Amino acid sequence: MAEFSLPANSKVHAGKAWPAPSGARRTKTFRIYRWDPDKGANPQVDSYTIDLDKTAPMVLDALIKIKNEIDPTLTFRRSCREGVCGSCAMNIDGTNTLACTKAIADCEGDVKIYPLPHMPVIKDLVPDLTQAYAQLRSVEPWLKSETPPPDRERPQSPAERQKLDGLWECILCFCCSTSCPSYWWNGDRYLGPAILLQAYRWIADTRDEATGERLDNLEDPFRLYRCHTIMNCTKTCPKGLNPAKAIGEIKKLMVARK
Amino acid sequence: MAAPDKSLRSSLGRVRGLGSAKDGTMHWWAQRTTAIALVPLTVWFVVSVIAHAGAPLAEVKAWIGSPVPAVLMLALVVAMFQHARLGVQVVIEDYVHCEAVKIAALLAVNGAALLFGGFAVFSILKLAFGG
Ligand code: SF4
Ligand code: SF4
Ligand code: FES
Repeated sequence: MAEFSLPANSKVHAGKAWPAPSGARRTKTFRIYRWDPDKGANPQVDSYTIDLDKTAPMVLDALIKIKNEIDPTLTFRRSCREGVCGSCAMNIDGTNTLACTKAIADCEGDVKIYPLPHMPVIKDLVPDLTQAYAQLRSVEPWLKSETPPPDRERPQSPAERQKLDGLWECILCFCCSTSCPSYWWNGDRYLGPAILLQAYRWIADTRDEATGERLDNLEDPFRLYRCHTIMNCTKTCPKGLNPAKAIGEIKKLMVARK
Repeated sequence: MAAPDKSLRSSLGRVRGLGSAKDGTMHWWAQRTTAIALVPLTVWFVVSVIAHAGAPLAEVKAWIGSPVPAVLMLALVVAMFQHARLGVQVVIEDYVHCEAVKIAALLAVNGAALLFGGFAVFSILKLAFGG
């Protein structure tokens, strides 16, 4: 059955609290999920109160400050700190988003930070994305063409190129897939919005010659049709993309070729 | 997501699994088309029932038995049971992960839809062809 409550060893306990530094006038408390595989203990929520006057504006800045100045054991992924690498995806104040593009000022009250939902946790805010990456490989996200390559670029008309807008921008952060109830319950077989948007990115590419084969690979009650248009994916995408629409387009093509 | 098992199979091998079932499109399409069909049919049914409120039994029987209402009633009943069956199937597939329980539940739902749907169709035909 789908899991509606956390297993006993995943129940989250209260953790340590680091008080505000003395002399701080504008403070903010970050309540952060912590889990260390080496400790064998349940996860806990630690709270860190920091001086906003000495912190840069984004949630990722606060995490880096906490790691550098308060608690070096705090573990999270980040790289570009400008919303292009997808590494710092996490659940902030109940919404999956990128820590580097989420302003602290946009969080009301304490800032609650958890790893992306319903993925195995490696440590603290780092989820295990092995399954999601394998699913990405399964849709073969590269150009497939049997026509011998031309001497220069493969041409596309402006209208054909436009079909890729809203798709190529995806940074594979998996905010969408991990917000999708269908992916939570059936992520072992359902590909999820991030992967389906990637699949559609190649289906929509007029230079690709494997469209039918790609549709064949997706036509499955679980791989594709677990999407029930709940729209969480589109609501949460930090890049403003619309995976639900991409999935709808795939479903339309499935009917069109019948 | 289910807890990762102890298998040493590669994650790509596990994701590819048994391959795609090449199925699901007609299920999805039928769910959509029956939903659309049910909108006017339900409106017609509700309006007709209100129009016949308080009418004597013989008059209602005669009305349902006449060609247009009988055909519309049949369409309503078939679309309704088909739509319900497809919808419940999706819910079961979503939430029931034990393969044996899932198959049993799907058979029960499909069987029930067939029996109750068949009963409804028979009742309408009986009214139409010799109440
Ligand atoms: S569609 Fe949006 S939320 Fe989903 S992986 Fe791509 S960028 Fe992230
Ligand atoms: S629209 Fe589909 S993919 Fe997006 S959250 Fe809903 S079920 Fe998941
Ligand atoms: S650090 Fe690269 S997207 Fe946030």
